[in-house]
Amino acid sequence: MPEIKMPKLSDTMTEGTVVAWKKKKGETVAAGDVIAEIETDKATMEFESSDDGVLSEIFVQEGGKVAVGERIALVLGKGEKAEGEKAQAPSAPAEKPAETTGKEEKKTSPAAPPAGESAKAAEPPPAPPAGGRLKASPLAKKIAASMGIDLSGISGSGPGSRIIKKDVLAAAESQPPGAPARTAAAPAAGGQQRIPMSAMRKVIAERLLASKTQIPHFYLNIEVDAGQLMKLRADINAAGEKAGQAKLTVNDFILKAAVVAAARTPKVNASFDKDAVIEYSSINLAVAVAIDDGLITPVIRDAQNKSLRQISEAVKDLAARARTKKLKPEEYQGGTLTVSNLGNYGIDNFFAIINPPQSVILSVGAIVKKPVVNAKNEIVPGQRLAIGMSCDHRVVDGAIGAQYLAELRSLLENPALMLI
Amino acid sequence: MAYDLIVIGGGPAGYVGAIRAAQLGKKVACVEKERAGGICLNWGCIPTKSLLRNAELYHLMSHRAADFGFSFDNLRFDWGKVIKRSRTVSDKLAGGVEFLFRKNKIDYVLGEASVTKAGSVFVKKRDGKEETLEAPKILVATGVLTRAMPGFPFNGKTVIGSREAMILDPQPKSLVVIGAGAIGVEFAYFYNAFGTKVTLVEMMPNILPVEDTEVSVALEKSLGKQGIRILTKTTVSKGETTPGGVKIFVEGEKAETIEADVCLVAIGVSPQLPGGMQLKVDPRGFISTNDNYETSVPGVYAAGDIIGPPWLAHVAMWEAIQAVEGMFEGKQPRKVSFFPGCTYCQPQVASVGLTERAAREQGRKFKIGKFPFQANGKALAVGESDGFVKILVSEPDGEILGAHIIGAEATELIAELSLAMTVEATYEEIEATIHAHPTLSEAVHEATGAAFGAAIHI
Repeated sequence: MPEIKMPKLSDTMTEGTVVAWKKKKGETVAAGDVIAEIETDKATMEFESSDDGVLSEIFVQEGGKVAVGERIALVLGKGEKAEGEKAQAPSAPAEKPAETTGKEEKKTSPAAPPAGESAKAAEPPPAPPAGGRLKASPLAKKIAASMGIDLSGISGSGPGSRIIKKDVLAAAESQPPGAPARTAAAPAAGGQQRIPMSAMRKVIAERLLASKTQIPHFYLNIEVDAGQLMKLRADINAAGEKAGQAKLTVNDFILKAAVVAAARTPKVNASFDKDAVIEYSSINLAVAVAIDDGLITPVIRDAQNKSLRQISEAVKDLAARARTKKLKPEEYQGGTLTVSNLGNYGIDNFFAIINPPQSVILSVGAIVKKPVVNAKNEIVPGQRLAIGMSCDHRVVDGAIGAQYLAELRSLLENPALMLI
Repeated sequence: MAYDLIVIGGGPAGYVGAIRAAQLGKKVACVEKERAGGICLNWGCIPTKSLLRNAELYHLMSHRAADFGFSFDNLRFDWGKVIKRSRTVSDKLAGGVEFLFRKNKIDYVLGEASVTKAGSVFVKKRDGKEETLEAPKILVATGVLTRAMPGFPFNGKTVIGSREAMILDPQPKSLVVIGAGAIGVEFAYFYNAFGTKVTLVEMMPNILPVEDTEVSVALEKSLGKQGIRILTKTTVSKGETTPGGVKIFVEGEKAETIEADVCLVAIGVSPQLPGGMQLKVDPRGFISTNDNYETSVPGVYAAGDIIGPPWLAHVAMWEAIQAVEGMFEGKQPRKVSFFPGCTYCQPQVASVGLTERAAREQGRKFKIGKFPFQANGKALAVGESDGFVKILVSEPDGEILGAHIIGAEATELIAELSLAMTVEATYEEIEATIHAHPTLSEAVHEATGAAFGAAIHI
């Protein structure tokens, strides 16, 4: 593309200022080279050339402000030069390609070289702005609704990239042939059911999509010996029963261990915040609780100051109120570390998606009896607990994560330490 | 002289394409052999609308004055002034196009152009000079000419086309119009309104054969009542000129010979190709273009009447913009799918999209909503209660498949439905729109409602 136009660098940008040219007129540029600094309504950004060639014209001087889409410079590509030479000067020596090309261009057509036009025509149309309003015709929406087609996955061919009937019908046709067969078993006459998303499901969809696409996840896992833990729990519960105390669950111990380990490895109790990492002094422990149409993570605040029993009571209360949807916003917001436990569902191990802006999430599986090799190289029956840890690599490196898991293992394998 | 674009033809496709390219910062030349504005502005759409306005007023005063409480002892018209007014309007608008050329710094070249090779246009200028213009892109928008009837050539006096029909002086006492498309019907209405004895001959079963049959039938009744003799399913076997005028031999329900002062042939158009290179044409002789409006010669584009039907100024303008934006903006041009069509007799006829017959042929599932102007307050108040609005609404999606209006201001009312179809609004969006009261446009609202039993005033 020979004409460089003022790029749209943000959704709201309508005009931009050329703060500085990083290449001079006549200089060779390669695709990816920064050619200018452009100031938008939000920030000053580097602007890269998308083509190889020669910066042959600069239309907007430094400090100049123009609307998005206005031309700011001309970069002549290699194809351009070859064609110019063929048409105008077949035997011209190619000693100074930049100058020659520039002159030829001026002779034929100063504003719009023909070869450039066809190259431009081949460019794909601009993608619709992310997160913007979904543009679709009323008819397209109606047809999509009746066919159960999600408009967000369709690119529009109407005016202004609007989704029109044709696009929906094309999308319907391109659906895998297996789809109707799968829904044929459904009892509904229409063959499929369209269930509108609840507000909660929308939030889950939005946040987890953002997390999985924006956070560089990495995963660690350990398998700990839960023998001591089971024994201690049985002892405490037996003693507590006589005193009329509620039983402690395995998860209560794991939650306590997670908090103590975090207190010893404060770098995991942190958030990524653009140009800084925020390390929290309080450990606000979030616990994933499955509820009717989704899940919620009630938060035990200042969990580092709470005893095992206090944590147990808090989680019992929060989970009960979560299931009846009676939590107040402050009771499920502001978590700094999450534990998700699918052990009750018979899951051996898994890796959860980080709950932003947190940096780690623990995925707790079931305690499984299996043969283990003990310190004496004997195969003995063991009770094993698999714990996965998903980490935001921008905040937590592998070594930090490993350090945290080592603390966690130590606590879970020597659970009495948690009670001190 | 080198340009970015050379446009051949200054009609609706040509001048609009030239201006759009200039707006995009391109250096443009437009070569026109006669006068800016083309047939539309000089010898078509515009001057006929001027004539038809005179006809409408005269018909109102001569036939319906009493309804409004007027009476005249000596109502007369000056034929020469009727015609002169239409020419003045054309002159003014042609000047307007030339002004737009200057404003947009387009070089307006008067002369005959031929495409000598890709990128090169040879112009034989009106002032006798010759010039070769060069541009990487050429847009051919040379339009069409009125088609003569085989064996019955135009003579400019008694066997004429639409161009002569709008400056015929003196007014003929009798006129045979062959072909009842929009042009034939408009001239039949015009001459009949001023007292010429008019016979309208159409080969197809109905006049305005491209329109919805119900509309054609209603118009036949109305024009018949006004005094036009309409012969449908009637072919012309022979035409002869006589010392007093013409003799037309027709075969319909029965064979007969019609004698008249003048015969207007309005059976269609033929392409007017530019000189020079042979561009690939379709079997009917119109220039073939690809999806980008490019002809068989790379860099040579074509738009408007010259690329085939529909031969309508508004379609030509739209095509030229599509073609030019495709050339210079990198947009994928679109080709015409549906478009409004208008006939400016009284009652007026306007339509967009599918007729009921076409929708049935395509096997579409649809409902029809119809609302008569007789039940519309504004129509009664202004004394224009003829006609109806008919809208085809698909089931189950509610897509507007087509709309057909016959009645006063039908040609203005159709815009709402063209917009609705363009943005893919369904009948529900039209239903949900508040239409001002009292207006004729309420009939559009009521017709969409009628499709689903929700019309209030019927």
